[in-house]
Amino acid sequence: MTSAAHPTSSARKLWHFHGGLHLPDHKALSCEQAIAPATLPKRLVLPLQQHIGAPAKPIVEVGDRVLKGQIIGQPDGFVSAALHAPTSGTVVAIEELPVPHPSGLNAPCIIIESDGEDRWGERQPHDNWAGLDPSELRNIIREAGIVGLGGAGFPSFIKLNPGARTEVDTLILNAAECEPYITCDDRLMRERADEVIAGARIMRHALHARRVVIGIEDNKPQAHAALGAALARIDRSDIELVQVPTRYPTGGEKQLIKVLTGKEVPSQGLPIDINIVCHNVATAAAVHRAVELGEPLITRIVTVTGRGVAQPRNLEVLIGTPVDDLLQQCGGTTPMLSRLVLGGPLMGITLAHRGLPVTKTGNCILALTPGEFGQHGPVRNCIRCGECARVCPASLLPQQLYWHARAKDFDKVQDYNLFDCIECGCCTYVCPANLPLVQYYRYAKTTIWSQARDKKRAELARERHDFRLERQEREKAERAAKLAKKKAALEESPAADSEEAKKAAIKAAMERAKAKREAAGVEPKNTENLTADQQRQIEEAEARRATEKKNESANERE
Amino acid sequence: MTNPVISSPHVHGPANVSNVMLRVAYALLPAIAGSLWLFGWGVLVNLLVAITAALASEAAVLALRRRPVLITLRDGSALITAMLLAIALPPLAPWWLVAVGSAFAIVFAKQLYGGLGFNPFNPAMAGYVLLLVSFPQEMTSWAAPAGLRSADLGLVQVLLYSLSGTLPADISLDALTSATALDTMKVQLGMAHTVNEIRSSPIFGHLGGQGWEAINGLVLLGGLWLLWRRVITWHVPVAVLGSLALIATLFHLIAPEHYAGPLFHLASGGAMLGAFFIATDPVSGATSPRGQLVFGIGMGLLIFVIRTWGGFPDGVAFAVLLMNMAAPTIDYYTQPRVYGHTRG
Repeated sequence: MTSAAHPTSSARKLWHFHGGLHLPDHKALSCEQAIAPATLPKRLVLPLQQHIGAPAKPIVEVGDRVLKGQIIGQPDGFVSAALHAPTSGTVVAIEELPVPHPSGLNAPCIIIESDGEDRWGERQPHDNWAGLDPSELRNIIREAGIVGLGGAGFPSFIKLNPGARTEVDTLILNAAECEPYITCDDRLMRERADEVIAGARIMRHALHARRVVIGIEDNKPQAHAALGAALARIDRSDIELVQVPTRYPTGGEKQLIKVLTGKEVPSQGLPIDINIVCHNVATAAAVHRAVELGEPLITRIVTVTGRGVAQPRNLEVLIGTPVDDLLQQCGGTTPMLSRLVLGGPLMGITLAHRGLPVTKTGNCILALTPGEFGQHGPVRNCIRCGECARVCPASLLPQQLYWHARAKDFDKVQDYNLFDCIECGCCTYVCPANLPLVQYYRYAKTTIWSQARDKKRAELARERHDFRLERQEREKAERAAKLAKKKAALEESPAADSEEAKKAAIKAAMERAKAKREAAGVEPKNTENLTADQQRQIEEAEARRATEKKNESANERE
Repeated sequence: MTNPVISSPHVHGPANVSNVMLRVAYALLPAIAGSLWLFGWGVLVNLLVAITAALASEAAVLALRRRPVLITLRDGSALITAMLLAIALPPLAPWWLVAVGSAFAIVFAKQLYGGLGFNPFNPAMAGYVLLLVSFPQEMTSWAAPAGLRSADLGLVQVLLYSLSGTLPADISLDALTSATALDTMKVQLGMAHTVNEIRSSPIFGHLGGQGWEAINGLVLLGGLWLLWRRVITWHVPVAVLGSLALIATLFHLIAPEHYAGPLFHLASGGAMLGAFFIATDPVSGATSPRGQLVFGIGMGLLIFVIRTWGGFPDGVAFAVLLMNMAAPTIDYYTQPRVYGHTRG
């Protein structure tokens, strides 16, 4: 069977999503640069949180020797992935350090000093993965610390678990790589198409997916050809390779699904809700390595590009390598460098400084010069031109979202479906008034989230308070009832002379005590021969102590 | 070294408000050139007065509001308002008429609402309607097109007329002005003349008014250029002109002697200017494509209604303002279906 016999884009009907942009792609800067291994860094900084979800729990201690591929962070909770030593060396610190995150806050990291030997620990390849149970496969993938390498970095094993009752119709492999400048997936497919296909087959097995569709933008003909050839080599006609028109953000999961299947992921839902699962091509290659070679996710391909670096390149980088090391290996930065971005120009985050480490999701280091920013005139009022709505791939009304976010009308902004915004940046790119629209949406989203958290907290506090009040009322009522009962009892027994009665009681008590002492044969103590008055004081003090103790334990229960 | 954290995206497209406005200005140039040739120097004088008044009043209000003056003036929106108003006004108008209209448009219809982007009404049309209602005599005395007037004024004479209202001794205002085609049609139909009888008057050309049809053609040319440069989309102009033509055709077919045909309506008065340059004003119009269709259809129908049964010869300005009022409601009911949501 030849590659020509494979189903191609002509065989499949394609849909299109609303909006989107044709962007100058700047991929030529780096797309001819073959993947080269980055040099081994002296020091690796490994944030325990590399992805959405809970951070990994460190299972090494400072001073421990670690081998390449050794697990150093255990997944903690369900949405979490393991972390491994990218090279052999010594754990020199576990502490909070700056990490690449938009918050700019520090986060716990494991710091490893490499010994230069890059010695592998034990690896456990599974050649016979086809005989493994999907749950075993998922476990291997979880243990290998694999997260989505395309962007958000969701732990992959979760996305490979459709649940018992859900049938997966289509596994989509996202090879769109729609953001300008980035070419790491392009290079991966050109050079390691077999790994991608192998990973796709493992994923398909894990999901029991009916079919696999690889969606690739038509601006990567060489990668498309390489994948086609790889498919021809293993004679798999059940994996469909589809070229899709180049248009940002086709690589968005929801957009690619729409283009390839015509279906839409329900709002607030997941692709699995429509029997589709979507993984990035680089994730597929990582799955192949984890399963068939036993190598956990400790490297990734990073495109270092932009006019701000002397020599753009594609480097295979150990996770935890400082960005500065990579810039040095690309001939350093140029004097015109103005902004360092992790990720693409439309959705990437700025890097606060060059010492930050590359994480599992860091697909691109973009060194931008002022000439690459495009038009950046003064920020003006919105003229309601509607250009934003025309390009919005979610068919939102960005302009309305902007007005309401600006007015801090957080109910209205949700009425206009703020949470369907994927923050692709198209609206901001085209806005003639230069309004930072996406920033407004992020502000609104985070404010709504924090308000929701506060509200939840306040509700809990209110519930507690209400409960406390209720308890206090109840106790008060109980006490009053007790008192009334006692009073009634006292009134019923007409003790003629209370003084007389008291004296008699004291006398009786003293006699009892005497009898007890005599029975035990104890020597008299200084509590012997007390006057009636002293005895009463003691008894009162004892009673006070008892009630205090009772109150204390009641307080503790609160 | 620590860099500020900047929210993505980090790149921006070429569009900005100033170049959008400038393109609209360029697109008006053919029509302005045509008007100059057809109606004489008055067009130029109107433009100069309107632009000066608009920029000066905008600058004054911005200064009062303590807003950046130069940066805002450079957005070009005041210029566009002034240009649109100037070419909508009679070419032989006293300077104060033009200045009052222009200043009112900027101060009352725009800046008092908060400036560019906040005005619910199209400022140029608000200014135009103010003048039409307040100074009907001045507003209906149109310069006769070239070939239909018995005298010509030089630039200095026009300036003199604009400033002081005096004409050279040997020229009367009647020799310079004439009724417009729309005006004539309306008045004569009211006097029970048939459409065909009325159209035999020399002020009529092949389609609309003599000369006016050429101006409308030039406006159309500029509008098509705007479409080509993607400054505007097809929705509004197609909806305005389509609905106007449709309803005119309908009535013309029913009673051809009493209702002028669609081509007359399209080629007369401010139909083209309204469809391509005024109804497409993003600030005061509807936003979504479907909303723009509704907006345009409503406007086309209103133009016909006002021209046919209203009190004024042309209805473009009123139609625009009425639809401006409806725009927020139209936008509310024409929201697109969001990805992943089911309709309804």
